[in-house]
Formats: sequence, C-alpha cells, structure tokens
Amino acid sequence: MQDIKLKATEKRGLHELEAGKDLLGWDEVTQGSILPSFEGDASNIAHLKQEERDYSHYNSYTATVASWRVVKPVFNMDVCIDCQNCWVWCPDTSIISRDKQMLGIDYDHCKGCEVCVEVCPTNPKSLLMFNEHEDIENALSQWPEKKKKEKK
Amino acid sequence: MPKEIFELQDREVWDGNYAASQAMRQANVDVMAAYPITPSTPIVENYGSYVANGYIDGEFVMVESEHAAMSACVGASASGGRVATATSSQGFALMAEVLYQASGMRLPIVLNVVNRALASPLNVRGDHSDMYLGRDSGWIQLGAFNAQEAYDLALCAFKIGEDHSVRLPVMVHQDGFITSHTAQNVYPLSDEEAYKFVGDFKPVDDMLDFSRPVTYGAQTEEDWHFEHKAKQHKALMDSRPVIDKVFEEFEKISGRKYKRVESYMMEDAEVALVGLGTTVETARVAAKQLRDEEGIKAGVVAIRAFRPFPFDLVRDALENVKSVGVTDRSSPGGAMGAFFNEVSAALYTTPKRPLVTNYIYGLGGRDFSIEDAKNIFREQKANADAGYVTTDIQQFSGLRGPKLGFFQTKRS
Repeated sequence: MQDIKLKATEKRGLHELEAGKDLLGWDEVTQGSILPSFEGDASNIAHLKQEERDYSHYNSYTATVASWRVVKPVFNMDVCIDCQNCWVWCPDTSIISRDKQMLGIDYDHCKGCEVCVEVCPTNPKSLLMFNEHEDIENALSQWPEKKKKEKK
Repeated sequence: MPKEIFELQDREVWDGNYAASQAMRQANVDVMAAYPITPSTPIVENYGSYVANGYIDGEFVMVESEHAAMSACVGASASGGRVATATSSQGFALMAEVLYQASGMRLPIVLNVVNRALASPLNVRGDHSDMYLGRDSGWIQLGAFNAQEAYDLALCAFKIGEDHSVRLPVMVHQDGFITSHTAQNVYPLSDEEAYKFVGDFKPVDDMLDFSRPVTYGAQTEEDWHFEHKAKQHKALMDSRPVIDKVFEEFEKISGRKYKRVESYMMEDAEVALVGLGTTVETARVAAKQLRDEEGIKAGVVAIRAFRPFPFDLVRDALENVKSVGVTDRSSPGGAMGAFFNEVSAALYTTPKRPLVTNYIYGLGGRDFSIEDAKNIFREQKANADAGYVTTDIQQFSGLRGPKLGFFQTKRS
C-alpha cells in the first residue's frame, strides 16, 4: 500500500490554490506576472528528481488541488507490470515512477481524471477509481479478479 | 556581427518607411516576425533584405498573419532578444489581442505602426483609427509627424521600452502615405552613434536563461489580476520621466529636441488647435499665416507621446487659451472623439476651463488643408470672442454634403 505522501518533500502541496491568504498588494506582485519555478541556480535541474529540487513557492508543486477531487485512482502494486503507460499519459505529472518502476500516485496534484485507469493494460487493472473518502487499504481489499476471455 | 557595412550619407532622401527600417537595422534587431500590409510593408521588407544581404545579424520570421507576427514577437522577446515589427490597419486590428499579451508580460517590443484607416469600406490611406485601437493596450505610443521623426523616435523607442524601470512595448506611429511614402531629407546618425545610443539589449526574466526557468502567461483570476494590471498601469505612468530622459539624451547626439507635448506659438496664444501626426505640421503653417494675415493669436499643441497620455502637460500647455479645437482623425463610432474627451478631461481640471470643441477630419486619408486648419482657428476665435461655443461641439471638417454636427453648449 502506498504512502499518501509518497516521495513528497515538505514543500509539496503546502497550500490550496484558491486559498485567500498570502495575497500580495500591487507593489509586491512580480513584474509581468512572470514566475520563477525554482529557488537559486537551476542549471542542473533536469538531472534532479522532484524530491531533490528546490521548488519556489510560485511553482504548482507547492500547491495542492486535492480538494477538487471526488474520485481517486488507487494503485495496486501486485498487478502492475511497470509498463509506464499511466506515467506517459497522466496530464498532471501525478504518477510517481522511479527507475521505470511504478510507485504510486501524487495525491496532492492528481485531479481524478481517470486517464491512468483508462490506459492501464493489465487484467485486472492495476489502477482503479474509488470514492475520495475510501480508505486505500479497504480499496485494495476489494480488487477484482482476473477476467476470463469471452467466447466468441 | 554583420558582415557588410551599410554606406550612409550625412543627409539621405528617405521616406518614413525607409527611415524606420534603417533604425531597425542600426538598433541590431535580433528578431523581426512580420506579415506585410500596406502601407507599412517596406519597413519589414527592408529589414528582411538587410538580413539577407548580411548588413545585420538577425532573424526574419515569415508568419501567416499579423496575429502570428505579434505572437512570434512575444515569444522572441520573452526568450531575451531585441524584437520589432511593423503593421497597419487591419493587420493592427488582427494583432490587437496579442498587443495586450505583450504589454501584460512587460515585453519591450517595438512596433512601427503606419497609420491607416480601418475597413469597412476598405481604404489603404492614412487616418488614426488603428492607432486609437491600441490606446488601451498598455503600450507606449509615440507619434512621428515626418520621416525624420519616424527614424529618430524608432531609435528612442528601444531605449525607452528596454529601460529596466519601464520594460514595456512601444509603438512608433507615422501617417500612412503622407509620411510613409513621401521622400524627405533625413539626417541619420552613424551606425556607431545610433547603436551606442540604443545600447546592448539587457534581458529580464529571459526564457533562454536555463539557470532560472520562468513561467510566462500565468493565469490570474479575481484575486490577483487587478493587482497585476495596476502594477502595469503604474509602470506605464512612470515611464514619463524615462521618455523625457531619453529625449534629452537623443538631443545631445542629434541636436533634435523632442517633448511629450510639443507646443508651437503657444506663449501668447488665444486660440489653439490640438492634433496628432502630420496634421500638426499643417496646423503650424496655418497658425503662422493667421497671425500674420488676420491677427489671430493662434497656436498648436501636438501630442508626441499619446500613451502614457500627458494629462498634466496638456493642461499646462492649454490652460491660458480661451478656445481649443481638438482634432480626431478617427471615426468616433457614436461618441465624441476619444482624443477630444481626453483633452477635455485635462482642461476640466484647470481654473479657467477653456472652451473645447471637437473636429472629426481626414478620415480615410481625406486631405487636411491649411485652409481647413485656418477655419478651425477662426471658429475658435469666434468662440473666444463670444465667450461660449458658437458651433456644434462635434463637427466634421472637410466632409461633403449638408453640415453635420452634434451637441450644443448648455447655456442657462
């Protein structure tokens, strides 16, 4: 069962996007609403994993959109074949994979779109949607059996 | 570095388009993305030939529309290059959406606008309807009255817009055909002098700085948008002293002095005409002749920097005259002329509040003659003597058919 804060640094999902705090005055906002993504020199950033990067507070990494989600994908490691389809297709970079091994979901940024479930090729699926409030352990215990091929 | 040296004489015979294109060459514009449209085409066409013939180390990007042209300029400018283009009329209208993107992202693009009427009916001649379309777009707008000024102001435009305390895009306007296609004496700077004046481009938040990746074009809803637009407006308002400083520096190397508001024979003027573009030179001749021939103390106030609007300078220039004719070379579309409204607002905050009337004139390139200008001055003189506006407040100058006018002064 995956950790809900899998690979998260202390900055991930710190604040709600729509939160009404930390609102700056006109004299404090950035020029041209141009937002730097990282703190400090980011020359080597492409070679660093997410959890090694020093994201700036402007970067969506530090925000969470979890409150928008009504259904969530749950990952079942026992069925997964590490094909990386979900990682390729996820529109919000919310599939966490390291060394081509699927590890789980970034629940701070996943919006519950279900694309990962749709593209998962295993039988049964390695990702399935559950109610947002469903306990992950409970969800895994309800996993369906392998489907038999229908006779033509 | 450019491979070829462009030979220049101290005095050249250039039209406004050629003059502007030479300024683009001397400023070493890195990227020009353009789509051709009459009457501005030669500016971008010439830049393209300077690149092709090795006179400048730059990139000419051919695109499928003016919307794409300004979009490519936005991308190139955000990447960290010196960027310019040119357009007119319908092309300007098609660019309109992206003009707001450029100013909102604080990208110091220079746009040469050769003013031309907007269709329909289709017309290729000069009026100011395209210029007016840009007046809320957040760009600095400078107006040239002849080819020399089109050249001078284009060089100043880079220096103003790229100043780190400004960082805003700049339009340099010239009147279609009257300026753009009339060959006149132009005294260019040497390539060295011109480039030294403009200076190297110093990027801000450039996307090609891989050590500091940035997001351009962020979304801001009701909790952020207002603050960003206010900051942008303040930057535009605060560009006024920078424009003045750049004009001063330009005078030192060229001997040619520019001001955001140019007054002519206003010291003792009783009546004034306020105008934009080539009309100003016509009005100056008319004012001089009226003083000599009819004893009317006429003066001309011309707006060099249409944006940021010189509210205070306009007021200072006009507060002691008795009657003012404000000329709008754009179909007002169901209102008083926009320029009239702005000048009137400035005058309303003076103690004496001169009389103000509005003249719509010269649409679609209709000639504005010295006699037309004189008639405006004469009507202002009649107003000044009567102490009230004796004509309709909005009139049409140089229009065929029955006299057309709207609204009269309210007198108790």
